[in-house]
Amino acid sequence: MSELSLERGLQAFRQEMDAAVAAFFSSCVHCGLCAEACPFFVETQDPKYTPIHKLEPLRLVWEQEFTLWGRIKRTLGLSRPVTDAMLAEWEELLYDSCSMCGRCSLVCPVGNDIQYMVRKAREGMVAAGHAPEGLIGAAARAIRIGSPMGLKFKTLQVQIEHVQADTGLEIPVDRQGADFLVLLSSMEIINFPEYLEAIARIFEQVGITWTLSSEAFEATNAGIQIGSKDIARELVERVVRAAEKLGVNNVISPECGHAYTAIRWEGPNLIERPYPFRVFHIIELLDEWRASGKLKTEGKESDRLTMHDPCNLARKSGVIEQQRNLMNLVAENFVDLKEHGRWQWCCGAGGGVSSNERATELRMRAFKRKKAQIEEVAPERIVTMCATCRTQLEEGLEENNMSIPVVGLTEMIAEHLVDAKSD
Amino acid sequence: MINPMDFLAWVRGPAFDIALAVFVVGMLVRLLEIFLLGRRPNYAQARGGEWGPGLRTMVSRSLADPGTFKRAPFNVIVGWIWHVGFLIALLLFVPHIELVKKTLGIGWPGLPNPVVDAASAIAIVALVAMLIHRVQHPVMRFLSTFEDYLTWTLTLLPLLTGYLAYHRLINPYPLALGLHILSIELLLIAFPFTKLTHAVTAFIARWYNGAIFGRKGVRA
Repeated sequence: MSELSLERGLQAFRQEMDAAVAAFFSSCVHCGLCAEACPFFVETQDPKYTPIHKLEPLRLVWEQEFTLWGRIKRTLGLSRPVTDAMLAEWEELLYDSCSMCGRCSLVCPVGNDIQYMVRKAREGMVAAGHAPEGLIGAAARAIRIGSPMGLKFKTLQVQIEHVQADTGLEIPVDRQGADFLVLLSSMEIINFPEYLEAIARIFEQVGITWTLSSEAFEATNAGIQIGSKDIARELVERVVRAAEKLGVNNVISPECGHAYTAIRWEGPNLIERPYPFRVFHIIELLDEWRASGKLKTEGKESDRLTMHDPCNLARKSGVIEQQRNLMNLVAENFVDLKEHGRWQWCCGAGGGVSSNERATELRMRAFKRKKAQIEEVAPERIVTMCATCRTQLEEGLEENNMSIPVVGLTEMIAEHLVDAKSD
Repeated sequence: MINPMDFLAWVRGPAFDIALAVFVVGMLVRLLEIFLLGRRPNYAQARGGEWGPGLRTMVSRSLADPGTFKRAPFNVIVGWIWHVGFLIALLLFVPHIELVKKTLGIGWPGLPNPVVDAASAIAIVALVAMLIHRVQHPVMRFLSTFEDYLTWTLTLLPLLTGYLAYHRLINPYPLALGLHILSIELLLIAFPFTKLTHAVTAFIARWYNGAIFGRKGVRA
């Protein structure tokens, strides 16, 4: 391992500069509206959590090194140098108080994509040695063991055997030439085993050939969360290698938000080439199969349901209508939260916040915004499609003494399959 | 004491040339500094286009989303009022249009003087309200630097001197007009080096924002 240092951090900042960043920093008028878009500010009212302020180190490097005027100002000693102490101070702002939900990016009146820049700023933070312990640990486990939670394929194998016994269906592993390679998140393997059973039953009905890979079953990407292209690239390459080896045409990202951002949007740029396969979030495929009539369901949920859109899926990936089509397929009393889809509010746990133990209190504060949204609608259950959101919703609701169950959309669909064997 | 006529001649002549040169060269440099950085190629399969959504966001981001409007109505409304008032005074005052016509040969219809007068007065009041808001609002005060107060002053001065000149509140008139033109020159000179650049770069920023989201199939 090479030595982490301020200079390496600054170098990473420099490498992340592009025309968009320069246009963004040139345009900020300090209006403060981004604060009103941020659950971490809205629920704490602490001005230091203003999104654009979280980018001050990156902005300083841009101004001092990428503008003529900034260079003059620096030479005259008129601007603050970026120091190691400054980056240490900003660690909390760039990690603990930002889930990279991107809501500020849609609100900024001059058009600054703040989330895009936070992602870039984290590259510098990692290189300078100012990433949170929790994320460093998760990234190290992902690289070494193959999963951020440290679980190995044999853990999944146990679950596969359970699902096979319960459903009588085969869970294919390393099947050459299957059409779809299925990825899972560690969280699903440990906390939500219902997911694997649900997709097995759905795929059986829809009639696709699919497989898991013993070499790349993990969809999550700790490199994306911590903000390290090197780590992110290695994790994406595992999936790409497995997909290419198995010769699949499609890869399915599970009910996880950042995994989709990682494999769908960042992955090809990390390996610097397009994939020879397509990538889908499970929800996209379910809706395609609904539209084509391959997915047949019966009966509808009758209780009052609402839905939480994962930021990575809705605002950051444009999967918005699909989950609503699916809800309407199996629910007769579905009510959207007031601000939903691209305007939804983050649960508070994304962007690595949930893997950063130090941020627990702040994460629960940010959840209050979601709580307020939920209270407006007063649902009997909440449906979502990201394991991190789901865990945060469950934890947050429990802490606030609200007994509202949270379910995954894929499982709910599976419960309504026409040939469902059990309830 | 300098002669007001000499002062007017100086601000209209050499001073204006200098201010315009600083503005033009300064902004060219700023734009080159942005565009020469370029962007890395994007290999991810696109869900939507970049150009269309980018152009759309250049316009659409002028309107706040309903949620933000509800949470920060003052910022949105007063921000709009002063921008519109300023633009009316700048672009729709008949003497301004005639000046453009004389220099560039192109013109457009203006608004009656009393309307422009009212718009300027409203813009001045709105700017003062924005300043009060800036020093009172915890986030805006926290974000504000010397530059924010400098640009506020430089933006107010042309409106104020224009208003005073129009109402003959500074005498003699050549002095009033000279001060008005000088205030605009100060604004032009500061423009490339401060957040005033947003009047140009915000549209570039909005394009990138709309394009980045648009590529992923999200309306930004």
